[in-house]
Amino acid sequence: MKFDLVRLIPIFPLVGVLINGLLGRRIVEKNKSLVHWIACGAVGLSFLVTLGLFVKLLGLPADKRLYDFTWFTWISSGVFHVNIGYQIDPLSMFMCMFVTGVGFLIHVYSIGYMSHDESYFRFFTYLNLFMFSMINLILADNFLLMFLGWEGVGLCSYLLISFWFSDLANAVAGKKAFVTNRVGDFFFAVGMLVLLTHLGAHGVWSLKFNDVFSHAYLLPPHLVTIICLLFFLGCTAKSAQIPLYIWLPDAMAGPTPVSALIHAATMVTAGVYFVARCNVLYSMSPFAMHVVAVVGALTAFFAATIAVTQNDIKKVLAYSTVSQLGYMFLGLGVGAFAAGLFHVLTHSFFKALLFLCSGCVIHAMGGEQDMRNMGGLRKKMPITFASMLIGTLAIAGLPGFSGFFSKDEILWQAYSSPQGSHILWLIGLLAAVMTAFYMFRLIFMTFFNECRASEEVQHHIHEAPKTMTVPLMVLSVLSIFGGLLGVPASLGGMNRVEHFLHPVFGLGAGKILQAAGGPSVIHKAVAQTAAEPHSFALEYELMLLTTLLVFAAIFAAYVLYVKKRDVPGRIAEGNPSFYQLLLNKWYIDEIYETVFINPLRAFSIFLWKGIDVVVIDGLVNSTAAFFVKCGNVCKSTQSGYVQRYAVSFMVGVFGLIAYFMYVR
Amino acid sequence: MVTFKVILPANDYMAVLPQIVLVSTALLVLMMGVFKKLVNASAPGFTALAGSLLALGCVLFVGHHGAPSSTFGGMVLVDGFSFFLSLVICIIIALTILVSLNYGNFFNCMRTGEYYSLLLMAGVGMIFMATAGNLILLFVALETMSISIYALTGFHKKQLKSSEAALKYFLLGAFGSAFLLYGFAFIYGATGSLDIIKIAGFIKTHPQMLNMKFLVAAFVLTIAGIGFKISMVPFHMWTPDTYEGAPTSVTGFMATGVKAAAFAALIRVILVPLAPMQHSWVTIMWIAAFLTMTVGNIIALVQDNIKRMLAYSSIAHAGYILLGFLAGTGLAQAGMLYYLMVYAFMNIGAFGVVALLCKKGEEYTSISDFAGLGFKYPLLGLVMSVFLFSLAGIPPTGGFMGKFYLFTQALRSGYVWLVVAAGVNSVISIYYYLRVVVVMYFSPQASENSIVLGSVSPGIVIALATAATAVLVMGIFPSYFFSLAGNSIFSLM
Amino acid sequence: MLAVYLPILYMIILALLFGAGTVFLSHLLGPARPFKVKTQSYECGIPSEGAHYAQTPVKFYVTALLFLVFDLECVFLYPWAVYYRRLGAFGLAEMLIFLLILVVSYVYVWKKGALEWD
Repeated sequence: MKFDLVRLIPIFPLVGVLINGLLGRRIVEKNKSLVHWIACGAVGLSFLVTLGLFVKLLGLPADKRLYDFTWFTWISSGVFHVNIGYQIDPLSMFMCMFVTGVGFLIHVYSIGYMSHDESYFRFFTYLNLFMFSMINLILADNFLLMFLGWEGVGLCSYLLISFWFSDLANAVAGKKAFVTNRVGDFFFAVGMLVLLTHLGAHGVWSLKFNDVFSHAYLLPPHLVTIICLLFFLGCTAKSAQIPLYIWLPDAMAGPTPVSALIHAATMVTAGVYFVARCNVLYSMSPFAMHVVAVVGALTAFFAATIAVTQNDIKKVLAYSTVSQLGYMFLGLGVGAFAAGLFHVLTHSFFKALLFLCSGCVIHAMGGEQDMRNMGGLRKKMPITFASMLIGTLAIAGLPGFSGFFSKDEILWQAYSSPQGSHILWLIGLLAAVMTAFYMFRLIFMTFFNECRASEEVQHHIHEAPKTMTVPLMVLSVLSIFGGLLGVPASLGGMNRVEHFLHPVFGLGAGKILQAAGGPSVIHKAVAQTAAEPHSFALEYELMLLTTLLVFAAIFAAYVLYVKKRDVPGRIAEGNPSFYQLLLNKWYIDEIYETVFINPLRAFSIFLWKGIDVVVIDGLVNSTAAFFVKCGNVCKSTQSGYVQRYAVSFMVGVFGLIAYFMYVR
Repeated sequence: MVTFKVILPANDYMAVLPQIVLVSTALLVLMMGVFKKLVNASAPGFTALAGSLLALGCVLFVGHHGAPSSTFGGMVLVDGFSFFLSLVICIIIALTILVSLNYGNFFNCMRTGEYYSLLLMAGVGMIFMATAGNLILLFVALETMSISIYALTGFHKKQLKSSEAALKYFLLGAFGSAFLLYGFAFIYGATGSLDIIKIAGFIKTHPQMLNMKFLVAAFVLTIAGIGFKISMVPFHMWTPDTYEGAPTSVTGFMATGVKAAAFAALIRVILVPLAPMQHSWVTIMWIAAFLTMTVGNIIALVQDNIKRMLAYSSIAHAGYILLGFLAGTGLAQAGMLYYLMVYAFMNIGAFGVVALLCKKGEEYTSISDFAGLGFKYPLLGLVMSVFLFSLAGIPPTGGFMGKFYLFTQALRSGYVWLVVAAGVNSVISIYYYLRVVVVMYFSPQASENSIVLGSVSPGIVIALATAATAVLVMGIFPSYFFSLAGNSIFSLM
Repeated sequence: MLAVYLPILYMIILALLFGAGTVFLSHLLGPARPFKVKTQSYECGIPSEGAHYAQTPVKFYVTALLFLVFDLECVFLYPWAVYYRRLGAFGLAEMLIFLLILVVSYVYVWKKGALEWD
């Protein structure tokens, strides 16, 4: 298998988009199942190609694992060229593997979940379009193509959140997501332009990752910080971090497979991927790294507090996603890029699993999402229950499950790495404890005790069909064993993920760029992120502490939501203001509303009524009227008499002659 | 008795292979038209299509490699420029025939052998205009093209408007040709040669020529003659009447083919050989370009007939292309060629859609007839929108890139205010192009004049799909086409 | 340089003078004594009938045009015939192609019925 086949990975979903998008309506009339065969088949084929390339990549020695495939020139403007080109290296293949893999499973799941929907083909078209954009985002070898994918996934996210657009709330949620992401995209684009112009000033007119990174040493440090912060602002929108996380909980308005695929497993990790991809730049700016770490830790904590009080099953998962993404950024921010990405991987398994399970629950409950109206589903939906429990154990970080290894690695790095600090570690630890608590709260409220739904709903509760449960099982297995890929050395593991990704990060990146013909100068700050050998004793202690606290949290959840169910209500009543604060998500939406949105709206109303309607429209309309009048006047010259036309001709000739005789 | 020494020229028949194919097909089609009993009624059309595709294949097959040269004793130039224009014109012919095949289902006289034969002959004239290295051949080619098109314009024999259009075009065309010929005579008088390369060489070696009234007169008369063909203001008056009256398939053909050939002649005869006198024509051509686009756009604003509107729009587009003429650099000329190519696709497409909206013996040409079309026939509405967007110069269509190249080059050459005027004109033009789109999608369909698609042959589907695809491809991946145009300019003889 | 063309100018002037002079002279010298019969248009000596601007059938026009076209194209054969030997096979082939085109147009004209009077 040749590396040039990489182009097939995005092509398959694109073909799916074209077929289903253009002919979907007809195909549905003829044979509905053809639609999902095409869509799932496209993603499945992409996955197989990815797998083949991945195996081939593994066969190469570690410092040769970089291949750049240039397909064609996209934009050519003087010395500045942008190619449609794909880069194969451990990082892109790592991401592509689970994106196509998990994506495929969720496609299969959607067959069952969306089977009753009228816009069946539209859904699969959007999903395939999303896969196409996401793959471009990951595989791109330059900033601009990545940005194209970045915008593409944002578009698909918008389309899918508002998928049931006839409901106003969904349309509003989609709009919110889109506008919030635009804010981030703006900063991202500015960052890209700053980077291009300043590198261009040094003669490097390129947006190719490898060119940029190998010439990054030319940039002054403060500029690198500015660029990194601009990029990071873009990432906070896409990956739902403080301050731009507000769209993600609302995005749960979309179909559940969408929440699983886009708003949990893949798209929202794009920010993490991007920061990891730019690790050379971030390593040069300790300040930017700190910002990333602090924002990540705060988000992890903050979102967890909100999740504790939410009653909507998907909202809990949404805030949990925000919180887990915070972890990933915490990992990146303290220089543990591989740990952050490892968490991306495990999170994609268990969070997709959790969302899909919640989808099964919602499906069975006839669209009900409020956990207060659930309960006792354990016996009626055994497979879903088992899968969800596995997912919960994984996210809570019970030893042996995948979440344990990745989360622990991050916490350990936050504690021990040169960029880390004990405060960051403590915040992370608290968030982890709360995660265990609210996830088990979810489990207990949904699956235990008696069922609180109405008789009619209860009657319909059933286990989901095969197309939905099989992906659950696969993801369950991955959620349990996925962590074994990255067992740390302290537990006798190889930490394969870190070794695999090593060539992309830190010193490894320098080597591989040199091997690819880059200059030998890499900023010395890069070296600092390299891990140092350490003693295991401290690591064991922290691990033990975390585990004990997690167990305590689970027990607390058990007590509060199974045994003494009146206690949570009393606690809420005892601290009404604090409870309300959490229940209303710290009033962040309201604060944004007052501070940003309302003044902006007032200003825009002024612009609209005052400036636009009176001044601009008046100007435009009178200009238009003027030209139409001119047209009517000029039209009358077109009399239809051929002799007058000839006169006009002669006037032209005499005009020319007069010009040459008298003017020149 | 004086005996001439006969030198048989070393002729490169490959260079004129497309023309040979087209002429042979034209004769064959003509014969098919008169032996009606022997062949199917639709045979001439398909034969003509096959011939035009074969010619297109020949153009691509022969291609252009190596250094530019001339053959047939300097009559025919073999260079990248010839290749590019031949390619564009062959595409235009093929697309026009595809459109005509369907148009003939509504109007029987459009199915005859004469129609296709004239079409092909006009095409031959166009190609020779673009490839001629000698003023005599250029004039003969121009007349071959013009006379065929005069006849084609009047092909709606039963419609008074068509005959009127043909007569007006013929009278004014003869007028224009006379000026052109007179201009050529002056060029010959001034330089002593009819060979374009020799003319260029003579002017280069005799700079004092530039002050001679002879050359100025030559310029004035030639520009008037060619200006007539490209409908440059004030030689444009025939355009709306002729475009409106002519059969729609022919209108598309002459709006694109004639314009391409005439601009090619403009570059060949004036821009390249007379380049040293460029500074003297700047002011007047500035005014002409400005007037051409402004008059075209402003009158187009108030048209209700779509063919007439497109006619004025074609005047305006000539104005944009004149920006390239003014700038005069190699890249500007490449921009002109690029624009001509895009213009061919988008305009034939737009006229093709109009030619599709007919019923037996009658056309729908009022813009209000398009009401609700976008929903009734979504695909048709979509391609029409693509063409109109491109004509208006909105990305990601080829029309945008074409304008972009032309305006950029004009800016580089320092025509800031003219580019500003062109920009304002583009904005004005958006109004009347998008008006059609608005009518298609936002006006409720009136019940009494609802358009019903009569017959849609696969041919026109292919033509419209090709044109729309080409417009988009040229808009999204312009580099290839622009470099093709650029190469053709830089291998100009 | 222009002096080369002077004979042509002389020729044109001479022709103009001759034409104008003849008309002028006959006007000057000829006695002008008109009467009714004399001012009538001459038509083979018999009295004229109807309006003097009679319509001519368009067939004359078509036939005249066709004659002109084929006649002029035949003129092209003369120089070819003169240099026939020198031009050799190349010339023969060229002329055959030329004649073929003529034949095609002739067949076209014939089949279209342009040569039939009724």
